[in-house]
Amino acid sequence: MRRAFVESLVELAERDDSVVLLTGDLGYTVIEPFAERYPGRFFNVGVAEQNMIGMATGLTSFGLKPFAYSIATFASMRGYEFIRNGPVLHELPVRVVGVGDGFDYGPNGATHFPLEDVALMRVQPGLAVVAPADPVQTRSAMLALADLPGPAYIKLGKGGTPVPGLEGRFRLGRTELIGDGEDVAILAYGSMAAEAVEAMSLLEAEGVRSTVGVVASLAPPPVEDLAELLDRVPLAIALEAHYLTGGLGSLVSEVVAERGLACRVIRQGMATLPRGQTGSPAFMRSRHGLTAQSVADSAVTVLESTR
Amino acid sequence: MGAAIRRAIIEQSCRAHVGHIGSCLSIADVMAALYGDTLRTAGQNDPDRDRFILSKGHAALALYAALREAGHLSEEELETYCADGTDLSGHPEHALAPVEFSTGSLGHGLSIGAGAALGARLRASPSRVFVLLSDAECNEGSVWEAAMFAAHHGLTNLIAIVDANGQQALGRTSDVLDLEPLSRRWAAFGWDAREVDGHDPEGLARELEELNAGLGPPHVLVARTIFGKGISYMEGEIPWHYLPMSEEQYAQALRELDTAASDVQ
Repeated sequence: MRRAFVESLVELAERDDSVVLLTGDLGYTVIEPFAERYPGRFFNVGVAEQNMIGMATGLTSFGLKPFAYSIATFASMRGYEFIRNGPVLHELPVRVVGVGDGFDYGPNGATHFPLEDVALMRVQPGLAVVAPADPVQTRSAMLALADLPGPAYIKLGKGGTPVPGLEGRFRLGRTELIGDGEDVAILAYGSMAAEAVEAMSLLEAEGVRSTVGVVASLAPPPVEDLAELLDRVPLAIALEAHYLTGGLGSLVSEVVAERGLACRVIRQGMATLPRGQTGSPAFMRSRHGLTAQSVADSAVTVLESTR
Repeated sequence: MGAAIRRAIIEQSCRAHVGHIGSCLSIADVMAALYGDTLRTAGQNDPDRDRFILSKGHAALALYAALREAGHLSEEELETYCADGTDLSGHPEHALAPVEFSTGSLGHGLSIGAGAALGARLRASPSRVFVLLSDAECNEGSVWEAAMFAAHHGLTNLIAIVDANGQQALGRTSDVLDLEPLSRRWAAFGWDAREVDGHDPEGLARELEELNAGLGPPHVLVARTIFGKGISYMEGEIPWHYLPMSEEQYAQALRELDTAASDVQ
């Protein structure tokens, strides 16, 4: 996904000389294609995320469109107030790019697990929050955001496997559907979308028919699409490598409550910050119930209990 | 212009019954130099205008007064300072057209300024970027992040002015978190650092003009100022960071401004 990001960025930079890339000294073996092609528009600001966001804000004063790149925890949180008082308050075309989805940084431990960035970013009015599910959707999202006049937070997973059935579809403020089963809706973004699609197959084998909603556009939220989908199913599972509070599970619950829908919502995510006992991303996801099997088990259990 | 700014600060602070008076008074002469002489087409819709960022946003009233003096704000608008529904808030907001960036969270302005200065360079614009900081604002680490970037990239079109009035909200800077030797610290970060008298508008304007070389490192003027300058009972007195004036205090302040004006004549 990171490669797709930088390739799209080069593509945007070719046709728009206002595109500038800032990095907080991260992106080894990722950002080079841009840095080598456009050395005059590439700046490593050093290990200084606050300044990176502040500078991105100032750069817009001369019509530039800065992308500010770092690991998601640092990109989203170290300079959070600068994001709020800069691009958000002034409605500027700054793109904050946070790398890592949930446990992508596996053995690197808790400081590298962004489990709250969607929640933090989603509450900022006018800030687009986009978490593509695979490389092709990353490119679609980058193109869709190209001329957005306001700010955006782009959450990039490290995965590279295409999500079957998604085919790179992305529309800002929309949900992309895979399948059309009406027993359960499985909602996911980023790295969890692939697990959601796999869960759909596992459930199919159990005779449970599902629809996967890929919510790569978390803000603006795809309220109408979600309401329509949730009105058709008795159960929705929101799967995310993120805290239960504030992320997609909360968004789905907001839609169900506000629309008065009968759909039950299961939020499958993280209740707390893991301390120690880290491992590979697969190990971490498995340990914390963020897998296709775990989603399928939840769906079957709930559906059986209500039959 | 400094005297007119000072008078507006006193009048409007009294009318609105708000504080931050001492912090406004200490930059009255710096604002006079900037808006009287230095800034080119500031407040106008020229892409190559000089940018001014009041990073010490709590001194917004000094900026509004200077904008009025420079003709970018009407007297009627100034009279709405801190009133219901105004765009002239206690910290500057960009909803007011001549304000480039909303400020008020200390430590934010210099990084915005560094980005703007870099932007000007990338666009081959002759625009210069002026950022006015408070001395206690230099407690913020983000100031030094921006300082490092600006020096490393030789952003000579970036000019910081530090209002060194030696006071902060709860005490003297030397007691809270000592900043000295302040100009040597900036110099050690690679800046062209100069000590100046912050109450000599002509001297400030001359100094600012000299910086217009287009070469070398970013520049910082450490402007030595007096907190509450011009009002005897406020000078150097910590409470005037927050306190509004009573009617009596207001009357005395006006008398002192009148006396100062007749001394000049």
